[in-house]
Amino acid sequence: MTRPRAEFSLPRYYLAGARIGFQREVQYRAAAFAMLMGFLIEPIVYLAVWTSVSEAQGGSIGGYTTGALAAYYIVWTLVRVFNLGFAPDAWEWRIRRGRMNDFLSQPLHPFHRDMSFFVGSKFVWVMLWIPVAGVLTLAFEPVIEWSLVNVLTFVVAIWGGFAVRFTMLYLMGMINFWTTRGAAMFGIVIAGELLLSGRLVPLQLMPEWVEGVAAWLPFKWTFQFPIEVFIGRLTVNEIFSGIGMQIAWTIGMGLVFLLVWRRAIRRYAAVGN
Amino acid sequence: MEAGHKAICGGGKLSAPAGPARLAGLHIKIGALNELQYRANFWVQLLNSVIALGTGLVAIAVVYVHTDSLQGWAQPELLAVMGVHLIVGGFLRTFVNPNIWNLLSDVQEGTLDYTLTRPADSQLLVSVRQVSIWNVIDMILGLGVVGFAVSQMTASVGWSHAAAFAVAVTCGALTIYSIWLAAATMAFKTIRIDNLLQLLNGMYEAGRWPVGIYPFWLRSSLTVIIPLAFAITVPAEIISDRVNWWWMLTGVGVAALALTGSRLVWNWGVKNYSGASA
Repeated sequence: MTRPRAEFSLPRYYLAGARIGFQREVQYRAAAFAMLMGFLIEPIVYLAVWTSVSEAQGGSIGGYTTGALAAYYIVWTLVRVFNLGFAPDAWEWRIRRGRMNDFLSQPLHPFHRDMSFFVGSKFVWVMLWIPVAGVLTLAFEPVIEWSLVNVLTFVVAIWGGFAVRFTMLYLMGMINFWTTRGAAMFGIVIAGELLLSGRLVPLQLMPEWVEGVAAWLPFKWTFQFPIEVFIGRLTVNEIFSGIGMQIAWTIGMGLVFLLVWRRAIRRYAAVGN
Repeated sequence: MEAGHKAICGGGKLSAPAGPARLAGLHIKIGALNELQYRANFWVQLLNSVIALGTGLVAIAVVYVHTDSLQGWAQPELLAVMGVHLIVGGFLRTFVNPNIWNLLSDVQEGTLDYTLTRPADSQLLVSVRQVSIWNVIDMILGLGVVGFAVSQMTASVGWSHAAAFAVAVTCGALTIYSIWLAAATMAFKTIRIDNLLQLLNGMYEAGRWPVGIYPFWLRSSLTVIIPLAFAITVPAEIISDRVNWWWMLTGVGVAALALTGSRLVWNWGVKNYSGASA
């Protein structure tokens, strides 16, 4: 007689969810690659702009040499594909199509289902990213100060960035339970991210007060912080305080999410029956 | 009905089938009226467009904090590029993207047959079925940005520039429509909808800056494969009085070539289309 499989456990659920995410992205690898290419245009545009500016200024700008800028934006591409999260406007679709019923009838919180799916799909994205990074490295000649500490702490920082961004997007998605016009709000947050995360430009090139404000918002910890850890621009102290900020933001926004979620599902009236 | 019922038969005569222009006009009108029902969307779109414009302006301002000229482009000239990017982008989001999205969903769901079996030109029908009219706001904001940019320029810009600009922007918009349609047609069997649009729109974002600043391989791609150079940079050069007129003529030729090419690709696609539901 075969032994029944062990009972449910969260790590096992995550492993299974991640496998599903992985398999799905492998099936649609051409589509994932097309999407990756679409993402790549953005950093290449920024890199071209800032390289032009840097060269006009004698090869350096705001403490970044042309090679360091190249390194910044190449690592940017990895961070970008890594910190993809569940888009807030997709909640509208879930609610409108009555898909929420499916989630709410399960004992486990949908956060785990979505999170595990995104975790699994990340591995495919990173595999697709490797050859692209190779081509970018040959084309733009980045300069990175390698160290084992940086590489190891980067592994923590990039997962931390994903946790912050995923939780932030998930929390924003809750707006859809109150209004169908959430798009404007998301637009504001995405604009905030673009300017205050180091996504558009390293924050050192922005006015000093912007850099000050950005340190107290979540955006920087999802983009610029992991990038700077990798390319070796931070001290050990800065790295550990940054990881502390990532933990604080994830827990803080996670707690707010739990409070909002309870109210959201009370408001929710099923559609599609 | 000897004399014909006026309300039904138009006074005893059936009206002739609508020509392509009238058919397109009617579809666009219905599409626009459908969207106009949702008035609150106007404010949402306006807010989104203003946010996007503000972000773009900040990006340009940050660049010019560090330099006076970006590979020969002064700040007002770069504003003109951004304005044209908004105008053509507004056109894309109002008229092209919603139709491409519908086309690709139809292919996926097997409902394209309903369009292909109608007794009118199928390319025309798939191109005018939906209009996201509130995105016209981007086109208006874009015109405003170009106007402001011109007022800040030292070059003298006259009516001839304005007329040439209008021709170049129209050609650019037609070129972009053709490329998007051809890409969607070729993707009938290969790719998921959201990713193709993501790729094309990602490429379009590169047009926000003059193509001359990009590395050779990207500049060449944006001149030959997805000719944003002609759709955006050339009109901006015309209105900034820094154009080589041969480029403008080439832009007209590129638009004609792209339209013909998309027609050929569409015919090929329809001929080889076997339906997803079959």
